[in-house]
Amino acid sequence: MTEALLSVENLHTQFRTEGGLVQAVDDVSFNIQAGETFALVGESGCGKSVTALSIMGLIPNPPGEITSGSIQFGGVDLLKLSSTEMRSIRGSKIGMIFQEPMSSLNPVLTIESQLAEPLKIHTGLSASAANDRAQELIDMVGIPDSKTRLKQYPHELSGGQRQRIMIAMAMACAPRLLIADEATTALDVTIQAQILDLMQEVTEKSGAALLIITHNLGIVARYADRVAVMYAGKLREVGDASDIYAASQHPYTVGLLRSVPRLDSEKGTPLSPIGGEIPDLTNLPGGCAFNPRCQWAVDRCSVEEPELIEISQGKQVACFEHASVSLNV
Amino acid sequence: MSHSPASTENSVPILKVRELKVHFPVKRGLVFQRTVGVVKAVDGVDIEINHGETLGLVGESGSGKTTLGRAILRLNDTAGGSISYSGQDVLALRGQEMRRLRKNIGMVFQDPYGSLNPRMTVGNIVAEPMLVHKIFDNKLEIRNRVMELFDTVGLNRSMASRYPHEFSGGQRQRVGIARALASGPNILICDEPVSALDVSIQAQIISLFDRLKLEQQLTYLFIAHDLSVVRHVSDVVAVMYLGKIVEQGNADDIYRSPQHPYTQALLSAVPIPDPAVERKRSRTVLKGDIPSPLNPPSGCVFSPRCPIAEDRCFVETPISRTLSDGRRAACHKI
Repeated sequence: MTEALLSVENLHTQFRTEGGLVQAVDDVSFNIQAGETFALVGESGCGKSVTALSIMGLIPNPPGEITSGSIQFGGVDLLKLSSTEMRSIRGSKIGMIFQEPMSSLNPVLTIESQLAEPLKIHTGLSASAANDRAQELIDMVGIPDSKTRLKQYPHELSGGQRQRIMIAMAMACAPRLLIADEATTALDVTIQAQILDLMQEVTEKSGAALLIITHNLGIVARYADRVAVMYAGKLREVGDASDIYAASQHPYTVGLLRSVPRLDSEKGTPLSPIGGEIPDLTNLPGGCAFNPRCQWAVDRCSVEEPELIEISQGKQVACFEHASVSLNV
Repeated sequence: MSHSPASTENSVPILKVRELKVHFPVKRGLVFQRTVGVVKAVDGVDIEINHGETLGLVGESGSGKTTLGRAILRLNDTAGGSISYSGQDVLALRGQEMRRLRKNIGMVFQDPYGSLNPRMTVGNIVAEPMLVHKIFDNKLEIRNRVMELFDTVGLNRSMASRYPHEFSGGQRQRVGIARALASGPNILICDEPVSALDVSIQAQIISLFDRLKLEQQLTYLFIAHDLSVVRHVSDVVAVMYLGKIVEQGNADDIYRSPQHPYTQALLSAVPIPDPAVERKRSRTVLKGDIPSPLNPPSGCVFSPRCPIAEDRCFVETPISRTLSDGRRAACHKI
């Protein structure tokens, strides 16, 4: 196997909260190959965003702290870098797009100056060269009338266009990894399709890998090569997208897939929701955190924590009962 | 318990909206304000819902779907058209009659955080509609009914004395549903009731709606932007775009063969959670954004983004026509 572009090993990220210590990311390991699209899926509070922020070195400390693990990216351990060194990677080698473009853009600067800024910092382009490049970028992300747009402020653009600007900014220095954290969640479906297609197109063109963080199983099905399913701070299942959807072997993934209503299902097809609630991270159930909601749980599950193990080529599952778990049962 | 009114039969629409218009003036100025424009949030909408059916109202943000739902409850002033509930002219109702309407039509809101009073216990939140509508004579009866409602929506009875902040999003939505059911409504207007919830919790709430519909013969106006959810709950679907309904009809027909180019694009933009199916689908990705409702395009409102628009679409507003399978669509090209 060729060396991975990004390799996260045994990452632990915790937060001090009023309710106690929260292990938001608990022993997470995965890798992303150059050029692939990798999806991290899960519901709110599962730790998927914290994983992304850990990679970017953006965990606010305090209250957060990466307690152990390593994040290898292009031969360096990001966790060992100083904040100055990390700054030179953020925005140049790794780009990131967030859910709310309005709060990621500076409201008092024009689009042009915001687009040119990373170029001036990371590539040392002169101001006028950076401005020219800004216009190329804005053309690249499909915003019409780029000359006028460059002189405008974020509030003058629609949500979809702001997200296009974010993509342009993130891609400005030709990063090798683009992280999209719920980047289309706030957008209407027709705009969501435009933005996702655009992200796929720009990363394919530049050969960058794409890490999609989402709760939307439809988006994962459409765009991801590989998927990791996260629940209560841990990865529960990792594998090829086609395999996970066709033959998931983790009860939580199976539960999620049975919970989503599908556009192409026949009217009257009943949903089979997962019972219970998402557990509180300050007070997790013993053993496997999913066991109180799991239809396959056995005695052992409430005492012992299953490890993520490779059960076949490229497929990892953390479940004692994985051999009997299936979408068709 | 069942609340089906004796007067309505299955074929008779319980709710009928005709040519409804809701316009919001746009004002400028501090003290001496002048109207500089009008947003036609709902612009000539016809819908009807039969007793026991679910009408799914879909559309993107700004399409006017929420305004339409609110207008039915008279929470917005209307600029024209008519609404009739069980043969009653809703827009002519005053005072006490209006209160009765709101007893019969319940509403479930999107935000389970913002729609519950944080200073009231959830038991009192669910009891309040019964006090307002004077449904029971004494408090014991109200308390018993609250407990029944807690059972119905799947909340633990012991939670009645807790406050909303102690509940998760899914549980709060259950409280919201119990409150909406408290006055014994025939119709529930649900405005994006599951869009703030996680996937696994969303499925629980949708299943609850399914069960209530069967057990209580409820009629739903289900407003949502998630087309997969609407597919699951609806008998009839109406697709809204910039204040107008572009296509409506039997849900199965519309999902199987959408006729309006906007419906087609909207459906094709929703990814199906199955790579084997999803990656083989052909898609129409629409160009551009939804136009500002302050300055809607002339002719067909969809024309600037429509992949098959021709000259007349930019000039002439299409009229909604009934097609051979009974659905209605507003497009020159069908």
